[in-house]
Amino acid sequence: MKFGVVVFPGSNCDEDIVHTLQNILGQEVQKLWHKETDLKGSDFVVIPGGFSYGDYLRSGAIARFSPIMDSVIAHANKGGYVMGICNGFQILCEAGLLPGALLHNNTRKFICKNTFITPQSHTCMISSNLEFGRGYQIPIAHGEGNYYANEGTIKSLNDNDQVIFRYCQEDGQITESVNPNGSVQNIAGVCNIGKNVFGMMPHPERAADYLLNNTDGKELFEGALELIKA
Amino acid sequence: MKFKAEIDVMPLAALLDPQGKAVTNSMKSLGLGEIDSVRIGKHISLMVEAANESEAKSKVDEACKKLLCNQIMEGYSFKLSAAK
Repeated sequence: MKFGVVVFPGSNCDEDIVHTLQNILGQEVQKLWHKETDLKGSDFVVIPGGFSYGDYLRSGAIARFSPIMDSVIAHANKGGYVMGICNGFQILCEAGLLPGALLHNNTRKFICKNTFITPQSHTCMISSNLEFGRGYQIPIAHGEGNYYANEGTIKSLNDNDQVIFRYCQEDGQITESVNPNGSVQNIAGVCNIGKNVFGMMPHPERAADYLLNNTDGKELFEGALELIKA
Repeated sequence: MKFKAEIDVMPLAALLDPQGKAVTNSMKSLGLGEIDSVRIGKHISLMVEAANESEAKSKVDEACKKLLCNQIMEGYSFKLSAAK
């Protein structure tokens, strides 16, 4: 499994995800500059967090038209794995690879804090190998993380088991009081219908190194890697 | 011919507009409690080269749908005028 991490001007979590994949999980990783068009044999593309193009116009709106994105979209359409974290999630929504959009947080504030999320989808490999009913402590850091899609889209996401994580209490219970940003039904991450494109606002790569005193995010990557290898 | 487009991109009416809400609240602090329902969007102006107005309209429409506006959360409207 070869990972490719796309770097846009303004990406700032690229080093974190490279460190997690390479040094903690022992995977082969390469960075892919957004001006390139070749994924260089990457099997799994990660779109990292940050503020690509300074969030001009809308988060992710301009990055979506970077040269590399045509290759990322083609890779996804062939069933290749693509994961977007935070700004990466916003970019994948803008690119139409994932349903919905990320609105401004309903609190009107940029939120940087630890949250708990609980796995939801039993058929998406990012969540299916995790412990259901449990809360995983994963930090968020965003101003526009309020997941929104119209009623019909939300229904089809639920019907097709495409919601991968919801914000929850420490004990795994999903309550409105712990919804940090106003996301519809506490949704923290979704996947496409093909279950090969994933997006989430929380940052598992920031919770993967034991030096940071929280490795809940590492479990998420390990769970997925186990399924890929199986 | 060159046309000028004046485009407004606004958050959909059904959605909470946190900026608009914050500004509405500030109106009260200002003593302008009569002002309500502030909603904040974007105004974009651009020039477009086209053979006629209907071609210009279709180009601006395409720009709005593909880039300037995310129709999941925003709506747009625009006015076209022949550039002087």
